[in-house]
Amino acid sequence: MRRLAGVEDEEKWLAEGIAGIQHTAFFMHRALDANNLREVLKYSALMLSELRTSKLSPQKYYDLYMRAFDELRQLEVFFKDESRHGLPVVDLYELVQHAGNILPRMYLLCTVGSVYIKSKQAPSKDVLKDLVEMCRGVQHPIRGLFLRSYLAQVSRDKLPEIGSEYEGDANTVMDAVEFVLQNFTEMNKLWVRIQHQGPGTVREKQEKERNELRDLVGKNLHVLGQIEGVDLEMYKETVLPRVLEQVVNCKDELAQYYLMECIIQVFPDEYHLQTLETLLAACTQLMVGGLSDLSVLPLTILPTVDTKIVLTQLMDRLSNYAASSPDVLHEFLQVEAFAKLSNAIGKVIDTQIEMPIVGAMTLFVSLLTFTLRVHPDRLDYVDQILGACVVKLSSVPKLEDARAMKQVVALLSAPLEKYNDIVTALTLSNYPRVMDHLDDGTNKVMAMLIIQSIMKNNSCISTADKVEVLFELIKGLIKDLDGTDTEELDEEDFQEEQNSVARLIHMLDNEEPEEMLKIICVVRKHLMTGGTRRLPFTVPPLVFSALRLVRQLDSQGGDITGEEVSATPRKIFQILNQTIEVLSSVPCPELALRLYLQCAEAASDCDLEPAAYEFFTQAFILYEEEIADSKAQVTAIHLIIGTLQRINVFGVENRDTLTHKATGYSARLLKKPDQCRAVYACSHLFWVDDIDGIKDGERALLCLRRALRIANAAQQMSNATRGSSGPVTLFVEILNKYIYFYEKGNPHITPSDIQSLIELINTEMQSDDNGNRRTHSDPFFTSTLRYIRFQKQKGGLIGDKYDLIKL
Amino acid sequence: MNYLRGAFKPACNISITFTDGKNRKQVPVKKDNGQMVMNPLFHSQETIAGKVCIEPYQGKKVEHNGVKVELLGQIEMYFDRGNFYDFTSLVRELDVPGEIYENKAYPFEFPTVEMPYETYNGVNVRLRYVLKVTVTRGYAGSIVEYQDFVVRNYSPLPPINNSIKVRSKLSQFPGSLSLFILNPFALKPLLASDMLNSFGPLLDVQMEVGIEDCLHIEFEYNKSKYHLKDVILGKVYFLLVRIKIKNMDLEIRRRESTGAGANTHVETETLAKFELMDGAPVRGESIPVRLFLTPYDLTPTHKNINNKFSVKYYLNLVLVDEEDRRYFKQQEITLYRLKDESS
Repeated sequence: MRRLAGVEDEEKWLAEGIAGIQHTAFFMHRALDANNLREVLKYSALMLSELRTSKLSPQKYYDLYMRAFDELRQLEVFFKDESRHGLPVVDLYELVQHAGNILPRMYLLCTVGSVYIKSKQAPSKDVLKDLVEMCRGVQHPIRGLFLRSYLAQVSRDKLPEIGSEYEGDANTVMDAVEFVLQNFTEMNKLWVRIQHQGPGTVREKQEKERNELRDLVGKNLHVLGQIEGVDLEMYKETVLPRVLEQVVNCKDELAQYYLMECIIQVFPDEYHLQTLETLLAACTQLMVGGLSDLSVLPLTILPTVDTKIVLTQLMDRLSNYAASSPDVLHEFLQVEAFAKLSNAIGKVIDTQIEMPIVGAMTLFVSLLTFTLRVHPDRLDYVDQILGACVVKLSSVPKLEDARAMKQVVALLSAPLEKYNDIVTALTLSNYPRVMDHLDDGTNKVMAMLIIQSIMKNNSCISTADKVEVLFELIKGLIKDLDGTDTEELDEEDFQEEQNSVARLIHMLDNEEPEEMLKIICVVRKHLMTGGTRRLPFTVPPLVFSALRLVRQLDSQGGDITGEEVSATPRKIFQILNQTIEVLSSVPCPELALRLYLQCAEAASDCDLEPAAYEFFTQAFILYEEEIADSKAQVTAIHLIIGTLQRINVFGVENRDTLTHKATGYSARLLKKPDQCRAVYACSHLFWVDDIDGIKDGERALLCLRRALRIANAAQQMSNATRGSSGPVTLFVEILNKYIYFYEKGNPHITPSDIQSLIELINTEMQSDDNGNRRTHSDPFFTSTLRYIRFQKQKGGLIGDKYDLIKL
Repeated sequence: MNYLRGAFKPACNISITFTDGKNRKQVPVKKDNGQMVMNPLFHSQETIAGKVCIEPYQGKKVEHNGVKVELLGQIEMYFDRGNFYDFTSLVRELDVPGEIYENKAYPFEFPTVEMPYETYNGVNVRLRYVLKVTVTRGYAGSIVEYQDFVVRNYSPLPPINNSIKVRSKLSQFPGSLSLFILNPFALKPLLASDMLNSFGPLLDVQMEVGIEDCLHIEFEYNKSKYHLKDVILGKVYFLLVRIKIKNMDLEIRRRESTGAGANTHVETETLAKFELMDGAPVRGESIPVRLFLTPYDLTPTHKNINNKFSVKYYLNLVLVDEEDRRYFKQQEITLYRLKDESS
């Protein structure tokens, strides 16, 4: 009837009920004032009859109950005072049982019962036992729940717990526990029963109502948790088994979930720890209950989630407990908490075939969190968990659930966060196996997390084995995985990822050259699989990493020269050569060229002429075959020249070949100004301002002259095409070169050369009659002249030289 | 103080007083007109003594053919009203024929009177004890005065009285684990007296409606015999519940049968209706029973009193389902009066 009624009707019924209570309570108060026991009983029973209604929802019924409750307090005061009603309490106890209706009878009995206990005329345990037993008569779920919660309330301060005035003699704390347990059991049964009443269509509403009522049931557990004198022994032997029996047997998800939660929250962590086995056994049994329920009720909402949450909560609490003080850790070891938890979870996952993978993963995450907190030193535990996780993941075809994925990421991140050190994680053999089960996107996310962790902690990975494992982990970033659609990748993300990898490479370091070489080889092996898109990002750091090793070896000097030593610069250069070669085929010739030059320079520092020569050769080949863009050529040639200029390892022959090549290429650039600039740059190849540098003044001058010619040609071309000669910049630049070499003491540069060049520039400037003629080269030229004057004035050795130049 | 009512004659006023009337316990008795009066209480084998006072009205004389006092034990059937059946009749002659001029008192005594039956006021039958004083007169009609008194007899503690016996009794009925359905339509005629005569036919009815697959219970009362201030303890155990029970009551029913043979009248009253359970139990639930008999107006069980009537008591367990169908199971109990009781 109630189910079909609207809210308005309910309001009306509640109002009627309250009015009824007030009405009869009025007469009851009159009888109370007159100390008329018979009338008091009559009207109180009448008043309590209002609670017999079936029309109200739990919420409204609670309102009504509270009204009656207030009245019952006054009644209790009356019952307490024997002088007012003139009856021994024991007689009163019988008298109230004459009431014909059970509900009023039981409320009155509970009220008198509490007075009875207080009078201490009977052992409290007997009265309590009687009350809790007699309450069985009320089987209506809501009415029964409220009645029993009334009983719990009036008896709360009268339990024979330790330290209570009601304890002693025959009344032990055991009796108190027994009483609360029994009341709890009955209340739970009533509570669960709501679910099985009424048609399926109102199940949701029932579920809601039950949720409103759950605290009535849970309160018993709170009381149990608060009873003084429940020691571990008693908890282990009596309280927990009884409560769990109830929880397991009720086969109701809502109840199981809520009650397990209560148990975990209410009792001390220490108890949980000591009774872990029992608790976990119950958890695994919950599933059985949930499953059988599933077959009956099609409407079950998220079956089995409860166990997961329950276990998670338990582990969280235990973890916190462990974290609270280091003193308790030995307890964990003593009870083998990890093994038990791990077993339980395994069992749950095994028996629970329907459990979504996300559930299992959540459990693993909790267990892992627990392990990391409690046994931070036991990496084998962590590995074991990951192993279990792998087994579970292997049993499902493909991980597609996003939430599950998230959990796996959490699972994998936990050790990283805990140890702040990827190195630890690298020793976990199952770690990569778990990662294998991630989809590509997540795999990358995870890989990024790993790299970030490394960066954040600045941890250095120093052995080849670990590097191997690490690269196995982040292979999502290193190479294209099967089926990845590269088109969909966001370019920015990709760059970010690859930059991370590049940064990572710099974190791989070992003082020991041997090991470092191994690391480099490993990294190289992995990077080479990366494909054309990745190589440009990943090769440079590898190359520089290798070069660093080379320099390190070099600085250590020749004391490690034995044949058996593999980490020689020569060997490294070989590797580098092969590495960069790959890059040139990517194609990414400019980059490859730069790297070749870097290597050449390093080789030169190591006095390895053949290697350096080889690198240059490669660079030139690249220049010839791959670099077609004129702008790129300009850049490349300047790089080549710059590098070559600094290298001093070459013998005359090799150097000639190379400089010749460089000069030749310079002269064959497309644009005249480029040619000019490249050529005058080449002059430096013949005049290195070092103590033992090459000083071939003649060829330097030749270069400059050639540059002048080209500049001239450029000027004429400009005249021909635009009708005006271009700026004199090139001349000024060449002038500066002249001055430089002159200052450095190149005997082939004479002051007259400089003078004539200055004149030439002046002429050029004047011949250009246009108004803009001074705009470009003027300042450069002026400041060049100013420099010369300045040097003249300064005097000294250089000043003397400059004095020869006539302006 | 006895006061004369009923027979009011101008000639004289007759009053009957008991020797220990002032101290003797009085119990309330309901009269025909519904009023409660207090009557003295006697037990069997007691000596009933007292005196009869005859007070002629002012100056009148009472002429009589003799004065006698009778102690009568009467059974009165209401369908045969006014017709008393005396099962006990004792007479004492108080005076020889003569005249009475002034107040005169006659002591009398019935030593150790055998009063085997208790006073009983039922629906169809009444058993009463009365002192009857008759002033016999020839012409004007005799002057008669009555004084009722109550007899109650104690029973010894029953030698055999335990719950086991009750349970074995239960098992006599094949359907002791299932209940009779009382279909409000079909079985209405069975409600009252007929069904109590034999359980057999009822069982058949119950089997036909097939209730045995819906509700199986087992119940137990601690005794089969209770004294009037006793408390009935027991429990009801639900073995199978497939119907939605609304509540369960325990009733105390009195079955009074009068007459014999074809003229037997049976009247059943429900004296107590005590709610044992509220709401629907589930399988395996056990509901406690605790019923105090004190508040109810009960008498001992009377078996075949002078071949005129019997009074039996039954505990009737009634279950009502949500559609207000009633299922019940009845169990006879014996009530007896225990000494030491205050009344």
